[in-house]
Amino acid sequence: MGTIIWTTIGAVLTLSVYSFLYKDNPFYKFAEHLVVGISAGYYLVIYYFNFIQPNVVAPVFLLRFGDEVIGFGSSTWWLALIPGLLGLLLYTRFFPKVGWIGRWSLGIYVGGYAGLSLSPTMQARVLNQISANALPLTSVTNVFLIVGLLGTLTYFFFSMKHKGVLGVMARVGIVFLMVGFGASFGYTVMSRVSLLIGRVGFLLQDWLHLL
Amino acid sequence: MNIFERFMQIDRRWIFLAIGIAVVIPFFFPLELPVSVTDPVQNLYDALDRVPANGQPLLLAIDYAPATLPELEPMSLALLRHAFSNDVNVAVLTLHPAGYGLAERVMVQAADEMGKVYGEDYCFLGFRPGLSAVILGMGVNVRNVFPEDAYGTPLNDIPMLDGIRNYDDIPLLITLAGWSAAEAWVLYAHQPYGQDVGAGVTAVMATDLYPFLDTGQLVGLLGGMRGAAEYEELIGHPDAGVRGMDSQSSIHVLIIILIILGNIAYFGDRRKKREMERDAA
Repeated sequence: MGTIIWTTIGAVLTLSVYSFLYKDNPFYKFAEHLVVGISAGYYLVIYYFNFIQPNVVAPVFLLRFGDEVIGFGSSTWWLALIPGLLGLLLYTRFFPKVGWIGRWSLGIYVGGYAGLSLSPTMQARVLNQISANALPLTSVTNVFLIVGLLGTLTYFFFSMKHKGVLGVMARVGIVFLMVGFGASFGYTVMSRVSLLIGRVGFLLQDWLHLL
Repeated sequence: MNIFERFMQIDRRWIFLAIGIAVVIPFFFPLELPVSVTDPVQNLYDALDRVPANGQPLLLAIDYAPATLPELEPMSLALLRHAFSNDVNVAVLTLHPAGYGLAERVMVQAADEMGKVYGEDYCFLGFRPGLSAVILGMGVNVRNVFPEDAYGTPLNDIPMLDGIRNYDDIPLLITLAGWSAAEAWVLYAHQPYGQDVGAGVTAVMATDLYPFLDTGQLVGLLGGMRGAAEYEELIGHPDAGVRGMDSQSSIHVLIIILIILGNIAYFGDRRKKREMERDAA
């Protein structure tokens, strides 16, 4: 019985959202506000119990996290206060006079994340891609790939006028770029249509049991 | 108003209706169009086939939210069915805050179908926030990041995780993501630790990840509902992915027809207007 009720609520909300395709209406507005409200509440609870509770509250007040006792009374409990305090400093933005203090936390966050990401990103996104494109011109596919790569790079080379050989290469680059955008657009259509198919499947199968 | 102008000014709600009909009809009258398997999907299937039975586990990261469910849930079901049918142990986790319930649902469904036992054949590590930090932390020791499973059992008390310390003990990791998590696993698990990573992503994201296939940074890739359908074909268990492909195909045909008609109307209308301007002059 419970399943039927929840499925019906889901179906009504699905239809409310799709009713926007006809025109804006109170059912759509209701569903929209419900999603925003529930999402905010859900994320708050999830982040509290998975982030703040185990990383700050448990070490400082509850004395235990997992098998390890690291709470107040042990020598390391105060370590948890440092990120907790930095997190709280972010809220100084609400008080203009002391808002600048929040930049300390942001600075540490941005600096730490940049340091963490720099090496793997360079390796994965740049160096590995360069070495993967250093191919022998022994097959049509490889020639095609190298021409596309050089053409596209030439298109984004703005230090010289796109004339002569440079102009031809840039035009080749545009063709490859357009093919790339077309493929991306096709995939995007497929993705959005999949969402519709999923909802229609839910309505016909789970709710109406027509399939 | 000529026929071209009329077509150019058609109420877009008629197009919405046509798309709705094109989606619904194949549910009742399946076209049963063939689904051919592409190399990236076959490679992921082969990689999972190489994971030893009843040994070191497959790590399955179900990093998606309800918004991408229709594309990614069929993939996760197909992968779990494949792993369980090969008696491969599976450790499930999620790095998306909205993924907890979705991961648990699909894991339990597949395990019940195949008669698998929690703790011996599969386990659920739950959710941890802090994407890159979590992935890097697991490279040192999984227990540093997940001291307990999702239900509060210490990892040391879960039989299938005996001797599992870090990525050295995980033969394959597959992430199913509708956001940047798939790239994060490549950056922070494959790059520094050499972990074999496979991915299943939404169709929108697939083009971003193709470069990682050529470099070997991804062992295989499932892109969108089509990827799910191909995997279902490979394991011989057609389900939501294969069923959805009929609707996909009918909508694609409809969109192609609309693009052609739109272009005919645009150029026809332009020619008519030019003729009228010429006559007026």
